[in-house]
Amino acid sequence: MSSAGTNGAGSGKGASVTLSNLEKTYDRASAAAKAVDGVSLDIRSGEFLTMLGPSGSGKTTTLMMIAGFETPTAGDIAIDGKSVVAMPPYRRNIGMVFQNYALFPHLTVEENVGFPLKQRGVPKAERARLVAEALELVHLPGYGARYPRQLSGGQQQRVAVARAVVFKPRLLLMDEPLGALDKQLRENLQLEMRRLHADLGITFIYVTHDQEEALTMSDRIAVMNDGKVAQVGTPEDLYDRPENRFVAGFIGESNFLPAVVRGVENDVVIAECDGALIRALCPGRPSSGEKVTLTTRPERLRFADSTWIGEQMPQNRLSVTVTEAVFAGERCRYMLQAGDGTSIVLKEPSSAAIRRRAVGERAEIAWSVADTILV
Amino acid sequence: MSEIAQPASLALAVSRPRSPPFDWRRAVPFLLAAPLLLYMVVLYALPVVAMLLRSVNDPTWTLANYATLLDDVVFQKTFWITINTSVTVTLGCLILGYPVAMGLVRARSMAPFILVIILLPFWTSVLVRSYAWMVLLGRHGLVNEALLALGMIDRPIRILNTPLATQIAMIHILLPYMILPIANALRQIDPSLIRAASGLGSTPFMTFRQVILPLSMSGVAAGTLLTFVLALGFYITPAMVGGPRDITLSMLIAQQVDQLNWAYAATLSAVLLATALAILAVARKLPGVGNAFKTSMR
Ligand SMILES: Nc1ncnc2c1ncn2[C@@H]1O[C@H](COP(=O)(O)OP(=O)(O)OP(=O)(O)O)[C@@H](O)[C@H]1O
Ligand SMILES: [Mg+2]
Repeated sequence: MSSAGTNGAGSGKGASVTLSNLEKTYDRASAAAKAVDGVSLDIRSGEFLTMLGPSGSGKTTTLMMIAGFETPTAGDIAIDGKSVVAMPPYRRNIGMVFQNYALFPHLTVEENVGFPLKQRGVPKAERARLVAEALELVHLPGYGARYPRQLSGGQQQRVAVARAVVFKPRLLLMDEPLGALDKQLRENLQLEMRRLHADLGITFIYVTHDQEEALTMSDRIAVMNDGKVAQVGTPEDLYDRPENRFVAGFIGESNFLPAVVRGVENDVVIAECDGALIRALCPGRPSSGEKVTLTTRPERLRFADSTWIGEQMPQNRLSVTVTEAVFAGERCRYMLQAGDGTSIVLKEPSSAAIRRRAVGERAEIAWSVADTILV
Repeated sequence: MSEIAQPASLALAVSRPRSPPFDWRRAVPFLLAAPLLLYMVVLYALPVVAMLLRSVNDPTWTLANYATLLDDVVFQKTFWITINTSVTVTLGCLILGYPVAMGLVRARSMAPFILVIILLPFWTSVLVRSYAWMVLLGRHGLVNEALLALGMIDRPIRILNTPLATQIAMIHILLPYMILPIANALRQIDPSLIRAASGLGSTPFMTFRQVILPLSMSGVAAGTLLTFVLALGFYITPAMVGGPRDITLSMLIAQQVDQLNWAYAATLSAVLLATALAILAVARKLPGVGNAFKTSMR
């Protein structure tokens, strides 16, 4: 087992993982239903990568293939450049935290955490030292003699993490490890996961369907949809520059404006939307006359008659009618309708100094070119 | 926690009336069970007690029947054979049954088929099965013919009417009682535990030893007890396929009843019953088995 311990191939303490055209079909009879359909990902050494996607999008299946519990139907998985597809899970040396923690009910906390060490033939004294260290790391010292059923959900989760890292794997896989916990605890543990990642310096692959969790914790996020990767990027990339309608709609809230391309200037597309010319960022070169969708975030829109202190009014404008006005504490949320019937959401920070719009009122909205993306 | 709990429970105690009025709803379970209870008491418990009493009051109140057992050579040999057979049969069932239970739990589409094979013995009478074994194990039975054809023996060997025949037939009959509790325990093991073990570096064999086996011990204990206690009382099978001199307690009891030796038969029955109860009592005290009892009660 050359990959055991901390001295595997590759640089740093973390493993690099390469998925190439990974495919998985559970039901061979209906090849159409691919649980994972051509996933290619390069996960860097020491990275915190999150797979985010709706239920059934293939996140767990991808993770199970990396861990070795499922065999890919096609494609390859390489860890530190070496293909592991033919390697059984117990030889891959990967730490894993399951959604239900999968703690052994017949073993104490100490025995649970010591389990991977025992399998590796680590002598008893050394084992005790490493177990104590791992329990310290997850802030659970003194709980060693208890059984899993005597712990709270959050404590069980910590034990599962301690058990997954005690043997110093170079890669840690986590499948919705905080899914069963309440919000408060989940937020605390999110911070601890980040700290743990910084302390250990190993590669984390984390699965969640909670976008807020993904945005706050990850170095990069792979958005999954229908067995495919919809987009990979930093949280800012995904939020500010979604590459497709799915990502724009799945991460945060988005407005979608139907438009027709009228011209291209450098990286900026000029498109006609409800009679107005709207400029949008676009990496590609759409041809004139093409029907496209522009997307923009509700909180990046403003009413054109607001005061623009120290800044120019942005270039994109559109005339709308207010159809709904909701005061939501820190924000006011307006539903607007363009002349062509398109619904638009606008979120304005609330302030007693800002005039509230009434339903039925006509207004002009403005927003900047940088906040407009063609998808 | 106790600081909070104390006043609450005090308040509860104060507000609760001293003697609650009779609640008919509580009586419903007893009423539902009453017909069966009556049936059991009249037709089963009373005759058994009456029979057992004969061991101490026939012809007068005495423990002499039990005292004589202490140097009754026939009884001691029979008792030993009974225990010996039961232990062997139970071990045989465990060794043969555990892998079958695992197969049953792992098989997906085959599971109903395997279950039918396991349960088949349940649906045929013990008598029929014992006859079948007589045919199979006889001098010119299938087993001898097969061994001859394979050249493993050159003249028919004696299997029928030996302790081996009893053991083979009894294992066959008792196997479901071992397999089903074990399969039940195995089925309750969360599959993610097995994945977790494998992911943590445990080979399939190590996972079996450290995770699957310990977590199925409640089933093993339940199956072992059930099989052993049932084996203790076996009568028809050893009588039909066993050796002429290999008499079990049940056979001895039947023999004594035939000879109208009621007091002696009752004494032997009491010993058989006491043995079974003693084993159950001791087994309950063992850690793993105690839990099995508790979970099966839930
Ligand atoms: N063992 C299995 N047998 C057959 N189909 C499966 C199996 N596991 C998953 N699938 C199917 O594969 C697809 C992807 O499932 P997967 O569990 O990977 O989704 P997921 O992204 O983890 O979803 P969730 O967020 O609900 O956990 C789904 O359509 C699911 O029904
Ligand atoms: Mg999942």
